[in-house]
Amino acid sequence: MIVRARVNGEWRSAEVWAGASLLHLLRDHLGLPGSKNACEQGECGSCSVWLDGELVCACLVLAAQAHAREVRTVEALAAGDRLHPVQEAFVEAGAVQCGFCTPGFVVAAVDLLQRDPAPDDATIREALSGNLCRCTGYAKILDAVRLAAQRMAGRPR
Amino acid sequence: MSVGTLRRTRGGVGSSARRVDGVPKVKGAFQYGSDLWAEEMLWGQTVRSPHAHARIRGVDIAKALSYPGVRAVLLAADVPGRKTFGLEFADQPVLAQDRVRYVGEPVAILAAVDPEVARRAAERVVVDYEVLPAVTDMEEALRPGAPQVHEYGNVLHHVRIVHGDPDAPADVWVEGYYETAMQDQAILGPEAGMAVPADDGGVDLYVATQWLHVDRQQVAPCLGLPPEKVRLHLAGVGGAFGAREDVSMHIHACMLALRTGRPVRIVYSREESFFGHVHRHPSRVWMRHGATRDGRLVNVYARVLLDGGAYASSGAAVITNAATFATGPYEVPNALVEATRVFTHNPPCGAMRGFGAPQVCFAHEAQMDRLAQALGMDPARVRLQNAMKTGSVTITGQVVRGSAPVRQVIERCLALPMPEEPAAGPRDPQALPGGAGNVSRGEGVRRGVGIAVGYKNIAYSGGFDDSAEARVRVFRTADGPAVEVHSAAAEVGEGLHTVLVQVARTELGIEHVTLHPPDTAIGSAGSTSASRQTMMSGGAVQLACRAVAEELFRRVRARAASAGRTLRGELTLADGRVLAAGEPVGEVDNYLDEPIEARRTYHHRPTQPLDERGQGDVHVTLAFAAQRAVVEVDEELGLARVVQLASAHDVGRAINPQGVEGQIEGGAAMGLGLALMEEVQLDGGRIRNASFTDYLIPTFLDMPPVVSAVVEEPEPGVPYGAKGVGEMATLVATPAIVAALRAATGRPLNRAPVRPDDLIGLAPPVASGPPPPAPAVPGPRPVPHYHGLDAGQQELMRPESD
Repeated sequence: MIVRARVNGEWRSAEVWAGASLLHLLRDHLGLPGSKNACEQGECGSCSVWLDGELVCACLVLAAQAHAREVRTVEALAAGDRLHPVQEAFVEAGAVQCGFCTPGFVVAAVDLLQRDPAPDDATIREALSGNLCRCTGYAKILDAVRLAAQRMAGRPR
Repeated sequence: MSVGTLRRTRGGVGSSARRVDGVPKVKGAFQYGSDLWAEEMLWGQTVRSPHAHARIRGVDIAKALSYPGVRAVLLAADVPGRKTFGLEFADQPVLAQDRVRYVGEPVAILAAVDPEVARRAAERVVVDYEVLPAVTDMEEALRPGAPQVHEYGNVLHHVRIVHGDPDAPADVWVEGYYETAMQDQAILGPEAGMAVPADDGGVDLYVATQWLHVDRQQVAPCLGLPPEKVRLHLAGVGGAFGAREDVSMHIHACMLALRTGRPVRIVYSREESFFGHVHRHPSRVWMRHGATRDGRLVNVYARVLLDGGAYASSGAAVITNAATFATGPYEVPNALVEATRVFTHNPPCGAMRGFGAPQVCFAHEAQMDRLAQALGMDPARVRLQNAMKTGSVTITGQVVRGSAPVRQVIERCLALPMPEEPAAGPRDPQALPGGAGNVSRGEGVRRGVGIAVGYKNIAYSGGFDDSAEARVRVFRTADGPAVEVHSAAAEVGEGLHTVLVQVARTELGIEHVTLHPPDTAIGSAGSTSASRQTMMSGGAVQLACRAVAEELFRRVRARAASAGRTLRGELTLADGRVLAAGEPVGEVDNYLDEPIEARRTYHHRPTQPLDERGQGDVHVTLAFAAQRAVVEVDEELGLARVVQLASAHDVGRAINPQGVEGQIEGGAAMGLGLALMEEVQLDGGRIRNASFTDYLIPTFLDMPPVVSAVVEEPEPGVPYGAKGVGEMATLVATPAIVAALRAATGRPLNRAPVRPDDLIGLAPPVASGPPPPAPAVPGPRPVPHYHGLDAGQQELMRPESD
């Protein structure tokens, strides 16, 4: 079947198997491998993207469900060499090790800060508890989200 | 030279320099093995055994081969060269021949135009199995009459350590039995790579791995190709922790690419990943500790069994580590250790962060607490009183020559601030054990505190000539001097590539350092394991930089001499300039009409293999850590929550303090996982929980704050005095947390992970009969094709000919 969706601001279409996931569409048909496949079951959050502004695990959404809708991925957060403040904070705080979970964490953290610009630690932990990281023990990710929140508070929204 | 430049060049040794791969990773632009893509690429798929032990009577591939979109289906007979591979022993079939020995063993591989086509075609490969009796219990495997996993029996390796007088009497004895489960590395990036056939009849393999050269050593013979026709390139690695030490999809992808003439990518699913790599060996440990009435250790007996599953992997080295560290970082004058690595029909086990040390650390630390209790002493005091120090003798008779600040890590750990006691009154349910799932008001919550101390070797041991090569090139650019570092060392997430850049910046006083992509065009860097790369590849880059600097200084002196000047004092480099006795002489750029390049190999000091009594100077460098855990247990619901972890680590010197903290925090999380939730559950050799829905790893909500302290006592004789830090946090976290659970519940919890039933007393402590008799030592070594620590890996440590 042919799926047509607005991906990162651009209408794209691809022919996919009816059972294919949105993650497969993005990674293997549209050349957007930034969202990672680590569990295929919505347990790890590595494939976090926005579907019509809603945070979803792209592995749990059928490609067909994205038809005629708007998808936004980690690749759209900052153009070229620029970094989103959350991305900047992840690098600075040492929240990146192997990095496989990082795009998912960055997307989920941006989503959190859009909803709650000044989350406390418990809120950050809860909001990001659907994202698994095997390297960092989460401490530096917590630091990064705090840092990003602080910096974004000082900027026009 | 380094002293002057340390302070001057930004991002050098000792600074928390930003990760060199940080920006691409946060942008989703970093290319992992699973992101590889090529025109005309095919997708590889593996057909695996559903049986723990069976004879293969026949395989029918006709239906799979004729399935539309399938380009090749290959079996054991299609393996072009040697039919088996392995890290230390080539005992593992590339594809099962007449027999399968574990559930998940590869039997057939195929390549198709689409992943879904490949999956469906794989279901059409029909294998006719005759199911045979399997042995899936490590003690059972040692009994006479047990099914034999290999024709050479069910013991891969046995280590006996006899130290002092194992019959020495003691005033007080404590005895215990302990088990740890099979743990999965749970690398988030699954096994992945792409093989591209080359015009010369060879192949280029892009793969996520820990050691490119040891992979090639195994891949090339199986393909029937000379090593130079098998070129390996590092693809982005999504975590390793030992899971990528063994070959997984490497040979399969190459076979399919060579057969079809097209690039072939293989990416394991999460489920397949559980079958596609080795796990942490499950352990059973019997221990008896004898001490004087005032708490000095006199005599320790340890019997260690590790279940290695169906194949050897690195099991011989793992059991050697478990044996040599069995009594912990304490002075033990008399000891007997019997350690056996067993074959069963379970999935193969091999390397995982800690490499044999976590299993015995869990046991010896529980014993130290038992001893403290028997003597009525404080657990910390018993440990301090017996702590190893420089000059101590280990149970293998090795004199500890390097830094050994065991007392310091214990004291620093205990001095870290304790968490606040919960305030009186109703508590936030999120902060209760079990979180929002806890429907009580916290009436049954008890707090407990536990400590653990452990140690482990850095780099390879036992007489292995461990080495790493690096090439450094300094050249002129429009923006000033620049450095390129070429090393085959795998960055697996721990930050090694940033460390190598920091070393080059410090040594050459040049901030602009780039890395050549890691590949087999340069000599081996050894494995990114055993916490060794900061020392080994850091050392190689340091040596190569110093050779480059020497040539640069020769040019500086020659030019000065031709101008009739003599330069006084030592020449140094800083901020892109050459200094003589601290005064600027000129820009480095001015001396780079020709680039300067040097290639060097770093070796650590020689070690010895264990002798027949298990004695020898086996380890190069030892690193120590202490951990305190504070936990809360809901005694009615069997739920536990770790409130705080406090760690103190002996790192020699922190090259990148932020990176060191990251290793401590992340390592503690993995140890917490083994303490509370992580277990590959087996039923007749079958993994019952091969998914992240069923195999739980710690989430953000499971991890407490980690407070840490770093003890920096430089290790003599190694670059910058830096020890590795990758593994120690993992081995001490598990015993500290379980000790805290014991303190909270008063129950003799002797198995990790601890389950809710254990916490509320529904399940009794795991029991065992007497330890199984030890095999004869030194036993025969009948396993075929031994090419590991004796010959093969040594061979590839030699620099390649130019």
